[in-house]
Amino acid sequence: MNAVSILTVEHLTMRFGGLVAVSDLSFSAHPRQITALIGPNGAGKTTLFNCITGFYKPTVGRLLLAHPDGATFLLERLPEFRIAKEARVARTFQNVRLFAGMTLLENLLVAQHNTLMVASGFTVLGLLGSRTYAHAEADAIAKARYWLDRVGLADRADDPAGALPYGAQRRLEIARAMCTDPVLLCLDEPAAGLNNRESAELNAFLRTLRDEHGISILLIEHDMGVVMEISDHIVVLDYGLKIADGAPHDVRNDSKVIAAYLGVPEEEFERAGAEVGL
Amino acid sequence: MSERAPVRQETDPADQRLDLSAAVKEAAIAALVAFGLFVLMIGIRTDQGPTGALVLTTRFGALAAIVAAVFVAALLRATIWRELVVAIERLVPATVRTGLSGVSGCAAIAFLIFALILPVIFYSNRYLLDLGILIVTYTMLGFGLNIVVGLAGLLDLGYVAFYAVGAYSYALIAQTFGLSFWICLPLAGILAAFAGILLGFPVLRLRGDYLAIVTLGFGEIIRLILLNWQSLTGGPNGISGVPRPSFFGLPFNTSSEGFAATFGLQYSPTHRVVFLYYVILALALLTNWVTLRLRRLPIGRAWEALREDEIACRALGINTTNTKLTAFAMGAMFGGFAGAFFATRQGFISPESFTFGESALVLAIVVLGGMGSQLGVAVAATVMLGGFELFREFDQYRMLVFGAAMVAIVIYRPRGLVSTRAPSVSLRTRKDIPAAIVQGARTETPA
Repeated sequence: MNAVSILTVEHLTMRFGGLVAVSDLSFSAHPRQITALIGPNGAGKTTLFNCITGFYKPTVGRLLLAHPDGATFLLERLPEFRIAKEARVARTFQNVRLFAGMTLLENLLVAQHNTLMVASGFTVLGLLGSRTYAHAEADAIAKARYWLDRVGLADRADDPAGALPYGAQRRLEIARAMCTDPVLLCLDEPAAGLNNRESAELNAFLRTLRDEHGISILLIEHDMGVVMEISDHIVVLDYGLKIADGAPHDVRNDSKVIAAYLGVPEEEFERAGAEVGL
Repeated sequence: MSERAPVRQETDPADQRLDLSAAVKEAAIAALVAFGLFVLMIGIRTDQGPTGALVLTTRFGALAAIVAAVFVAALLRATIWRELVVAIERLVPATVRTGLSGVSGCAAIAFLIFALILPVIFYSNRYLLDLGILIVTYTMLGFGLNIVVGLAGLLDLGYVAFYAVGAYSYALIAQTFGLSFWICLPLAGILAAFAGILLGFPVLRLRGDYLAIVTLGFGEIIRLILLNWQSLTGGPNGISGVPRPSFFGLPFNTSSEGFAATFGLQYSPTHRVVFLYYVILALALLTNWVTLRLRRLPIGRAWEALREDEIACRALGINTTNTKLTAFAMGAMFGGFAGAFFATRQGFISPESFTFGESALVLAIVVLGGMGSQLGVAVAATVMLGGFELFREFDQYRMLVFGAAMVAIVIYRPRGLVSTRAPSVSLRTRKDIPAAIVQGARTETPA
């Protein structure tokens, strides 16, 4: 394990008016690891994702992203498109957001927009039919093809994304995120709506991303089968507070986690409440 | 109506038996509505009597005829209409039914060849040449607006503003500095593109209806500025004596340095018209070529992605601000080119030429043609403007027929004439994408 963490969240608080969605949260995610964020509905997991990927600006706190080459980014200061472009954090959405009317291949080419923009001389050279752009586009198509192969959708490359079944749409969204060459991949409930076989395939796929491609993954998931099987590290949130942080085995046996998920006997209620700071 | 028809087809044949009493009831309601609508409009009429006072005349016969016609039509619609539609659909060959896409390649080439040789065929018909110029001008405007509405999915109701900026830029620059058309044309385009960026900035956060309202306002603001900035634009009097185009330095006149004298031809005013026709045709084809090319470049794909899902675009590192602004600027630039052409053709411009009606017409061309389809826009421009001319003699009923045609299109081809989307790139086979999956300019999900 690397001593330097890829993402360090420090004292992150996100308020919406009077509602505190995330409260004074600190944790870190390590490179080449799968870090899972779990917690009951409304615990603030997606809010945290939106803060990391720049869709929300946190009220308080610091989000430090460190690339393997040493470059660091303060994510709370960057607009969302620069987080994807420069800090290279890619994400998927809880309710899949594909470009439904475009083909699978086009979806994956849009993900390589910034590389292709430069290659096309910000449209000018591309309009004049430059060779550089033709080569860059061929490379982009090759890359798209590689990722389509990886998620098993190569034979549907020319179909519109909106015509895919749900499970395939989820896989395509991950492939699209991978086409941006991310350092950190944030997946919001990737296994939601998948059947057992599909979710087993997803597990295997996420493992290869981690082991072969060296991607660090941050994962929100409700399916405990998936979480316990593939995570290296689990952070548990409840009502915006971190209640546990550690290896899957430790988290599984943590009394506060059990309390958050299953509730507690009445006599333990006050004690447990005091422990989680309520 | 359109919603119910397909559902009914799926129902069990037993349920499809003619329910006569329901049909009569439906027809009676329709007749009642027609009566309410027309009782004052048709039933009563005031004329000036011999003494100058108004005389009330009643036309209850005509009213009864109209109401009866509506009743019969509604009755037919409720009873045998369904079978009629099915029968008609069977008559139409499959190639036509699947949209124009299957034959679009050949159709586009035929269309282009016809456009190219039109002045040769109708050389002596000045009226048709003028109509041709008008149609090609609106086709070009349609192509320009198509970038904003069809590709980027930004509903722009003020497109005529850029047309106006182009026209006034050309007129003022050409008159003040005496520069030639070919120098002023790009300048007018650039100035219009700046106007596009200027409009783009405040409306970056808006989509759909809200964007439409702001762009509508922008169109009016430009018109009001032109109307009131007397010292620069001449206000309501407009600018007259806009320099006419010359054939690369050779003016179209009777002088010895003129176009006709240089080429040893008999002078004819048609020379200029034909030249203008080819100029606008070349500009329209340039617009078309650039648009088709842009669609295959990252910026074009980003525009389409923006139409499909803006949030996903941002998550993929696309600067949506710049992407929207380039769409506005690019569309505006082509509008500016068309405006410069308009100014040089007319020789006179005034704010009256740039009313909301023009924006609506261009938008109607884009929507009827099928958003994002170049051939559809060209066909729609031809049909609409040609239709206007065709029905010019039936002055009063022209708009009525136009309105009915619009309603028919909206019911039977809501996505426009060419409704499928052709992918910009493919691995193996290029398959057109059905319209139902593609996002329209207005079906957006706000952030």
